[in-house]
Amino acid sequence: MDNVTTAGHAPAGTHAHGHAHAHADHHEQSFVTKWIFSQDHKVIGIQYTVTSLLFLLFGFALMALMRYQLAFPMQPIPVIGTMLGAANAPGGIMLPEFYNQLGAMHGTIMVFLGVVPLAVGGFGNYVMPLMIGAPDMAFPKLNMASYWVYFLGGVVMLASFFMPGGAAQSGWTSYPPLSVITATNGQTWWLIGMIFLITSSLLGSINFIVTIVQLRAKGLGFFRLPFFVWAQFVTSFLLLLAFPPLEAAGVLQLMDKVAGTSFFLPSGLVVGNRPLDVSGGGNSLLWQHLFWFLAHPEVYVLILPAMGIVSEIIANNTRKPLWGYRVLVYAIIFLGFMSFIVWAHHMFMTGMGTTMSSFFQTTTMIISIPSVIILSALFLSLYGGSIRYNTPMLFALAFLPMFGIGGLTGLPLGLAPSDIHLHDTYYVIGHFHYVVAPGTIFALLAGIYYWFPKVTGRQMSELLGKIHFAGSFIFINGIFFPMFIQGLHGVNRRLYDGGVQYAHAQPVLHWNQVMSYAAWGLMLFQIPFIFNFFWSIWKGKPVGSNPWKATTLEWTATTSPPLAHGNFETAPEVFHGPYEYSVPGRAQDFLPQNQRD
Amino acid sequence: MEIPYTVEARPDTGLANGKLGVWLFLASEVMLFAALFSSYILLRVGSTEWPNGSEELSVPLAFFNTVVLITSSVTMVMAWASLKMNNFGKFRLFLGATILLSFVFLVVKYFEYSHHLHAGEGPWHNTYYAIYFTITGLHGLHIIGGIVVNAYLWGPGAKMWQTAKERFTNRIEIAGLYWHFVDLVWIFLFPVLYLL
Repeated sequence: MDNVTTAGHAPAGTHAHGHAHAHADHHEQSFVTKWIFSQDHKVIGIQYTVTSLLFLLFGFALMALMRYQLAFPMQPIPVIGTMLGAANAPGGIMLPEFYNQLGAMHGTIMVFLGVVPLAVGGFGNYVMPLMIGAPDMAFPKLNMASYWVYFLGGVVMLASFFMPGGAAQSGWTSYPPLSVITATNGQTWWLIGMIFLITSSLLGSINFIVTIVQLRAKGLGFFRLPFFVWAQFVTSFLLLLAFPPLEAAGVLQLMDKVAGTSFFLPSGLVVGNRPLDVSGGGNSLLWQHLFWFLAHPEVYVLILPAMGIVSEIIANNTRKPLWGYRVLVYAIIFLGFMSFIVWAHHMFMTGMGTTMSSFFQTTTMIISIPSVIILSALFLSLYGGSIRYNTPMLFALAFLPMFGIGGLTGLPLGLAPSDIHLHDTYYVIGHFHYVVAPGTIFALLAGIYYWFPKVTGRQMSELLGKIHFAGSFIFINGIFFPMFIQGLHGVNRRLYDGGVQYAHAQPVLHWNQVMSYAAWGLMLFQIPFIFNFFWSIWKGKPVGSNPWKATTLEWTATTSPPLAHGNFETAPEVFHGPYEYSVPGRAQDFLPQNQRD
Repeated sequence: MEIPYTVEARPDTGLANGKLGVWLFLASEVMLFAALFSSYILLRVGSTEWPNGSEELSVPLAFFNTVVLITSSVTMVMAWASLKMNNFGKFRLFLGATILLSFVFLVVKYFEYSHHLHAGEGPWHNTYYAIYFTITGLHGLHIIGGIVVNAYLWGPGAKMWQTAKERFTNRIEIAGLYWHFVDLVWIFLFPVLYLL
C-alpha cells in the first residue's frame, strides 16, 4: 500500500501515476482490509450505518423497558425482568437506580451513538463524496480511524452496564454535583466513552470539510452543490467547533471524579446531612454552560443532515427544482452560525440572571427564522409538483409536519416566562422527540430507502416499506403527543413511577399506558423494516444505476453499486445546478448534472 | 482515480488538502483551550480567594521553559527551511534539536509537578492547583503528541524524502504549524497561571 500512495503522489509525472492506478485496481484486497479495516469511504459508510442502526435499536430497547415501569409501576417485567439480574431488577421489578441508568444511556446512545453517526458517519460518508464527484474522502486513513474510535467509544458505553454499580445514571446531560457525587463508577466510564466519541467526530468533521472544499468535481461550484452536501458541510463545522468545549468539560468532570478536584462542586455542599469532603470553590453552572455550548449546536447536528436528506428526496419525487435553493443555503449557514449563541435557553431556570435570559431568548427567537425558512421552502417545493408517493417520499413528507410540531412546540420553551411552567416536564421530552424521532429518524429512514439501490443495486420492497411507514407514523405520534398533555399538567420528566404519587398528575396518568403500548407497537412495526433491509440485499428487485431518475452525480456518473476503487470510471464534470427537473423542451423530465445540454 | 491535491494546491481554493486539514484541526484546538481558559476565568471571578500565581509556582523555571519552547519553534522553522533548500542533513539536525528541546521542557515540567505533589499541592488541594494541573497537563499531552509526530518524521517517516520530496516538505510544514500552536498555548498559559 505504501508503495501505491507514495508513488501515486510523486510529482514525477503522469507515468508513475498511471502505474499506481492500474496497480490499485487490480490489487485484490484481503477480507480484513476490504471489510474491517477499510479505508474506502463507501465501506466505512456502511460500517457506520450498520453499527449506528444497531445502537438505535439498542437505545430503543432501553426505552421499551422504561416504558414498562412507567405504564405498570413496581410490577415485575414479564419474561425479560428476570434476565436483568438481581442488582438491577430484583424479582423482575426495576430499581430506581437502574431506571436512571436506562434513561441516561438511552439519551447518550440515541444521540451520540445512533443518530449522529448514522446521519453524518453513515450517509455523509457514503453519499457525500459520490455527490461531489470525489474519488474518496480527502484523508482515507483518518476516516478509518474515525470509525474505529467511534466503535471503541460505543464499546466503553455498552461495557459500563456490566461494571460494578452499572452505567452512568445522571441523565445524558450529566449535571454535577449529582453526576460527580454519585458513588458508582458509571459516570467515569461515560466520560471516557465520550472522549472517544468526541475524538471520532473531530476526525470525521475535518475530513468532511476538506473533502467538500477540495475534492469537488470540475464545474461543481459551491452553488451547484446538492443541498444535502451543504447540510453536511455546515454540520461538520458545528461538530468541529462545538465538541471541543464538551471535551474540556469532560476532562474537568473526569478530574472531579478521579483526581479529587472540585471544578463543579461548590464550597459547603452537604450530602446526606454531611458536608462533602472536597476543596470546594467550584461552580456547577460552569458544566451546564460548557455542556450546552456543545449540546445546542448538537441539536442542529441532529437536524441539518435530516433536512439535507429530505430536500434531495423531495426535489427528486416532486420532479421540480427545490423552491429557493439559494435561500435554503443562506438559511442553513445562518442557522449554523446562530446555533452557537443560543445555548443558555436550556438554563433559564438555573438562576443565571434575567439579563442573560433576555439575551438568550432573543437569539432563540431569531434562530427560529432560518428554520421556518427551510421548512417553508420545502413545503413550497411540493406546490404544483406531480408527486411520486414512494416509501422514501412518504417518510420525507412525514418529516415536514413532524419537524414542524417539534419546532413550534419549542417556541414556548425558548421564552423564559413560559419555560418556567414547562421546564423539566414531559412537554420538553415531547418537543425534542418530535424533532429527533419522527423528525430526524424518519428522514434517516427515508434516506435508507432512497439510497439503498445505490449501495446494493437493488430496491427495497415498496409494500413492506409502506407497512413500515404507516405503522411507524401512527405509533410514534401515539408515544409523543400525549407527552405534551402530561407536560402541560406539570408532570415531571424524571419520575421513576410516572407520577403515581402526585395529585396533579392523576388526571393524565392514564396516558402512561397508551404511550407504552404505542412504544411497543412502534417496535413491532420495525420488524418489516429489518426483514426488508436484509431480504432486499439479496432478493430485492434489481434496478438500474439510476432508479429514481435523479440528477445528482451519485446516480448519474457511476453505476449502482459504484466502483470499489475511485468511485468513477472517469472524473465527472458538472454543467448544471443540482435540481434540473422538468426542464421545458426536453424529452426527459430530468437533466443530470454531468450531462452537457 | 487517485485523491487529488495531496501535494499541489487546488487552483481555485489555493490550498492542499493537508494544510486545510491542519488549520481546521487547530481551529478545534482553539475551541478546546478557549473553553478551558473561560472556565479558569469563571472559576477565578466566582471565587472568594485566589492565590497569586507567582507566589505559588516557580516563575524562573516557567520562564526557562518559555525560552525552550520558543527556541524549539525556531528550530522547527529551520528544519522546514532546510528541506526547502534541499539540505536533508541540516533538516535532521534542526528537527532533532526541536525534539530534544521538547524533552527539556517535559523534564522541567516533571520537576515542577513532583515538587508540588510532594508538598501536598496536588489538583485536590484547591481550585487554583486543580486548573493548573488540568491545563498544563493537557498542554503536556499536546507536547508528547508533538514529540511522537516529530520523532516519526525524523526517523522512519523521513524515508519519504527519497520518493516524494515536496510531499515530505509539506508534512514538516504541517507538523510545524501544530508545533507553533502548542508553543502559542504555552505563551498564553505562562502569564495566566504563573504571573497573574
